[in-house]
Amino acid sequence: MIGVVDYGAGNLASVRHAFERLAVEVEVFDDPDRIANFERIVLPGVGSFRLAMAALDSRGWPAALRAHVSGGRPLLGICLGMQLFFDRGFEHGEMPGLGIVPGDVVLLKPDHPHKVPHVGWNTLNLARPHPVLTGVKPHVDYYFVHSYHCQPADPADVIARCTHGEPFVACAGRGSAVGLQFHPEKSQPAGMRILENFAAWDGTC
Amino acid sequence: MGWHLLKRRVIPVLLLRDGRMVKGRQFKDFRDTGEANTAIRIYSAQDADELVFLDIQASRQSHSALLEVVRAAARECFMPLSAGGGVSSLADVRELLLAGADKVVINSAAIAQPDLVVQAAERFGNQCIIGGIDYRGAGRDARVWVRCGSEATALDPVEYAQRLVGAGVGEIFLQSIDRDGMMQGYDLKTSAAVAAAVSVPVIVCGGAGHFKHLADAFTQTDVAAAACASLFHFGDNNPIRARSYLRNQQVLMRVLR
Repeated sequence: MIGVVDYGAGNLASVRHAFERLAVEVEVFDDPDRIANFERIVLPGVGSFRLAMAALDSRGWPAALRAHVSGGRPLLGICLGMQLFFDRGFEHGEMPGLGIVPGDVVLLKPDHPHKVPHVGWNTLNLARPHPVLTGVKPHVDYYFVHSYHCQPADPADVIARCTHGEPFVACAGRGSAVGLQFHPEKSQPAGMRILENFAAWDGTC
Repeated sequence: MGWHLLKRRVIPVLLLRDGRMVKGRQFKDFRDTGEANTAIRIYSAQDADELVFLDIQASRQSHSALLEVVRAAARECFMPLSAGGGVSSLADVRELLLAGADKVVINSAAIAQPDLVVQAAERFGNQCIIGGIDYRGAGRDARVWVRCGSEATALDPVEYAQRLVGAGVGEIFLQSIDRDGMMQGYDLKTSAAVAAAVSVPVIVCGGAGHFKHLADAFTQTDVAAAACASLFHFGDNNPIRARSYLRNQQVLMRVLR
């Protein structure tokens, strides 16, 4: 069973519908005490780092999510959900993150003709193989919509990069946590494949 | 211009009134163009890059119908969805996001309540808020109109777009009322001026009647996306054909498989 964390942020319906379409059992839940009921957790997110982190803190999510990952169980962060894995964010002021992956989350710089936010379709360049990215082809596009990007402190945590003017990290992870800057649930067949991989992943690399 | 470096998006627009699809000309003479759910299924099967839903009525009843359409779309298709029309509070934004929209278009209310965009961007993220601009005229004579084209303002679309970006919108949805439904091509002059003046992506809307019009927008301006309704409603054009036409014109399009 996959649990989708509801911390009051944005569009959870799409992630749930995508797993339902894949015939994977999924539940949206808002109580961190129930986290042990789920083998796999998805941390979705749109919104700003500061408010999302404040919402997670107020309900006691950080400890529950860290315990889930340190127990070797799979955690998928999508977009802002991935950014929250890191030590610090700077959206509307500095804010500590979950600290699951060391590093910072910083603003993309517009670099003509590359606009910010980075909105639209772009490809992945794998830095290392990862079970969740099995089947990803270098020419296939995924949907991105973000203004900030993650900078892992340890290059070993980089799984894939993307280029929008400058290269940035499109997928990062450590242990059983994997984060995607793009939206697999919005990337049609190519994205569904990634969600299917996650639903089958045991958390080992 | 570095247009050849970036992948462009082609976005079907579904104008809705009480949940039914409609299409007009120059924001009037709307006629029924069918059932939204049918169109959603077709666009999903054709892997459109993105969909935009705009409620033109902005009544309470029509707004509930818009929410229903967005909910149905979020169940049916796994692509980015934007919605708007009559959005005038943070509660409206949140309601559309919960219904399954990824991005929300704020139009007239951004003028009446300048703080709305600031607050919505802070709460839901800049990338989630699209600033809608409807205008009449072109180039230096262009002026922003609000309330579905019924009320004039003295605002210049280029300056207004910059103001919206300053307030926190993550994209601009720029629509020429004069060109709407005319199928004679986009207003390239104003589109180019707005796209050059802002740091966020611009979606141009109003006037596409042929794939060549999409190519013109992409090769002659820095707009990130071209939105169209009539082009796909009338005739047997679709996003798959649009993509292959544009690829032949050297416009970068996304690759699905």
